[in-house]
Amino acid sequence: MNNNGLIVVIGAGPAGLSAAIEAAKVGAKVIVIDENEKPGGQLFKQIHKFFGSKEHKAGTRGIEIGVQLLEETAKLNIEVWLNTEVCGIENNREIWVIRDKKQSVSLKADKIILATGAIENAVVFPGWTLPGVVGAGAAQTMINISRVLPGKKVLMLGSGNVGVIVSYQLLQAGAEVVAIVEASPRLGGYGVHTAKVCRAGVPFYTSHTISKVIGETKVEAAEIVKLDGNWKPIPGTEKVLEVDTVCLATGLNPLTELAWIAGCKFHYIPELGGHLPIHNRAMETTVEGIYVAGDISGIEEASTAMEEGRLAGINGAASLGLIEEIEREKLTQEVWDRLDALRCGQFGQKRKDAKDRLLAVEKEVV
Amino acid sequence: MEKQYLKTIGSPSLEELKNSPAFPTEEDYKKGPIAVIECIEEIPCNPCETSCFKGAIVVGKPITNLPQIDFQKCVGCGICVAACPGLAIYIKDYTYAEEEALISFPYEYLPLPKVGDIVTLAGRRGEEICEGKVTKINNTKVNNHTVVLSVSFPKNNFLEVITMKRL
Repeated sequence: MNNNGLIVVIGAGPAGLSAAIEAAKVGAKVIVIDENEKPGGQLFKQIHKFFGSKEHKAGTRGIEIGVQLLEETAKLNIEVWLNTEVCGIENNREIWVIRDKKQSVSLKADKIILATGAIENAVVFPGWTLPGVVGAGAAQTMINISRVLPGKKVLMLGSGNVGVIVSYQLLQAGAEVVAIVEASPRLGGYGVHTAKVCRAGVPFYTSHTISKVIGETKVEAAEIVKLDGNWKPIPGTEKVLEVDTVCLATGLNPLTELAWIAGCKFHYIPELGGHLPIHNRAMETTVEGIYVAGDISGIEEASTAMEEGRLAGINGAASLGLIEEIEREKLTQEVWDRLDALRCGQFGQKRKDAKDRLLAVEKEVV
Repeated sequence: MEKQYLKTIGSPSLEELKNSPAFPTEEDYKKGPIAVIECIEEIPCNPCETSCFKGAIVVGKPITNLPQIDFQKCVGCGICVAACPGLAIYIKDYTYAEEEALISFPYEYLPLPKVGDIVTLAGRRGEEICEGKVTKINNTKVNNHTVVLSVSFPKNNFLEVITMKRL
């Protein structure tokens, strides 16, 4: 397949759809590819109201933002290839995909926007392979998309926003959250989220971790243990909690395989989830014509992912001559202003500092 | 220790709340129904400000500022309660009746109680405090599925009560 001026967006989550919409708005031909059977990424299981300001759609539930993005995608006649896995990216931006697990297709893109998202981290402990130990994101998919309770008595490991939001949604779905266990002496998530589950009677165990999960063929209980100042378990402080499900909310890791394959240069930034493709303020990587947006460029949240997607879409389209330079600069700055508004305060500033480091590396490399 | 309540126990202590710019004083409570905002961490969020018709709530720029509230302007209308994505706002009325106060708080669980039901009210750590009587269930479209329940309860538990036990 040969296309002139084609932008291929890989990943139909908040970042990818936002990128596709911005590019299609100015007349770019865009194909969005996603391996799942439905577009929207993780938005459709985010049943809570988002933070931010009006421009960030604050107060709107993630699921509604997903619907709005799909409506815009349809209105702009953006082609979306679902059930399609990207298997390779060649030097000349030739993309090899498998459609519906049977048809091999290659297509030549002029610009590629990688918006592949992230995968949940697992932690290991005796019993971690027992049925009933699940990722918090998986539990969230089960309750909010499949409408199935993973269990009735849940232990959540990790008190970051994912851990506390999914705990709240498990309560809404009718489960009991027996404990939220946090290895650090301080809780990680926003105070308004922790307060919400706290007033629902859920106890937090700070400076604790899971020592083992007990059960023959499934989770029957979990043993937690207190940690000392050096994160070492204190013998004699073990406590057994009767649970049938253990959810792991222990961070995310960017899905960067395609960026590695494409030859992008990387830099290690632990605060943002690990090895990240180096990129500039236009979200372009060290490989010309390949852009990144969303969790692949650093673990954040849907609101920032959408803004990064817009940056990539605007700048990808501009480099095809579809946006005048003055207009590109103006639009790019507007998005950066909104990103800066999200990346400040006691939580956001750390992410802004880390992102600034990544941008600084780009200047050295290029 | 007391100051670190929010980051260790999960909910703010009264001391932490009283040190935040939006928390009402005893004087403020005497004027009638007012919004109580329990938002003491700088997160990027301002729907409380933009939802308020009276201009009583100010976050300003940057949007990570803690909300401030002018109790001379706040009439306790409750529009901010369902607008707050953090479910961190409720309306309290100390002047509701001789012996009773009224709280209107956000509630996103099913089943819902009915008007007239006696429910168990709870505090910030989920502890049971007292019983109360449901006087109103506000589930209008603008709330977007965040139901606001109004419950009357004995005044002597005024500061502790912030929600109800799930049914």
